[in-house]
Amino acid sequence: MTKSTDIKRAFKAAFPYTIPIFAGFWFLGLTYGIYMNVSGFSFLYPMLMSLTIFAGSMEFVTVNMLLGSFNPVQAFVMTLMINARHLFYGISMLEKFRGTGLKKLYLIFGMCDESFSINYTAEIPPDVDKGWFMFFVTLLNQFYWFSGSTLGGIFGSLIHFNTEGLDFVMTAMFVVIFMEQWLKDKRHTSALLGLGVSVLCLLIFGADNFIIPSMAAMLILLTFMRKPIENREEAAES
Amino acid sequence: MTVAQQIITVAVVVAGTMLTRFLPFVLFPAGKPTPKYIQYLGKVLPPAVFGLLVVYCLKNVSIFEGSRGIPEFISIAAVIVLHVWKRQMLLSIAGGTVLYMVLVQTVF
Repeated sequence: MTKSTDIKRAFKAAFPYTIPIFAGFWFLGLTYGIYMNVSGFSFLYPMLMSLTIFAGSMEFVTVNMLLGSFNPVQAFVMTLMINARHLFYGISMLEKFRGTGLKKLYLIFGMCDESFSINYTAEIPPDVDKGWFMFFVTLLNQFYWFSGSTLGGIFGSLIHFNTEGLDFVMTAMFVVIFMEQWLKDKRHTSALLGLGVSVLCLLIFGADNFIIPSMAAMLILLTFMRKPIENREEAAES
Repeated sequence: MTVAQQIITVAVVVAGTMLTRFLPFVLFPAGKPTPKYIQYLGKVLPPAVFGLLVVYCLKNVSIFEGSRGIPEFISIAAVIVLHVWKRQMLLSIAGGTVLYMVLVQTVF
């Protein structure tokens, strides 16, 4: 049995990690809510979509789908394309989510880019329950997104303040997470490959279509490089 | 679109998103040993994916138009310097973001 003090401790450990997400998600969530509001939708739409879809970029795309003609098959295929990166997150979290009980269902449900990145890289103190830690990271992130997009949907165009550039908080966070991983790793083959392949695919396929080719190229290259990478790691460990 | 069609569209998007999130856990359940190849991918993919996410954030930056990505470049450099120097996640993120906001609102 987990005691309530353990749960409180996990919350206290998780909260600081989510502060940048609070800034980023409120900004993006408000933008999304306002976007739906000015597109003619009630605040119930961003509110319910932030609870059920909870994948930022996908929700923006869904607004366009709702404004277009009814085409569920196309909607499904587009969703799979835009969210295919979650497959990589899942493969990376197979071990970390082990033994988290029923919370695992919510951890998988709420595994957005930001929750995955934090839960994968955070150094959870040994006296903190990792299941509850990851649970609160995910829950707080979803709460930020939910409250931001609902408020944006309610107050919509009433909001005017100069927030230009605040969205950079997400870029800054991913740079920091990339660096944390970099400082932890002895070898940087995979990190460099990820950057290089993504930039190359962005140049070739453009901003709207580069994710899937990037993922495919990473998968192929890392599969071919398995032997040398694993041999090097064994050599480093022995 | 009718409300029913809207509900179906959103439900389809939810189903697609959940499929991408749950599939690895369904294919490789905790009770069974995960194939070595998948374990290997689970270890080497994250650094590559974090690289992809950084590029994803910058995908709409053009080096030929507007501010030519200069504010992004300066602010990311600031994040890296701050992080190597203090290794405080919140400080690095806040510092870089405030600098970027100042740059795009006043300089560029």
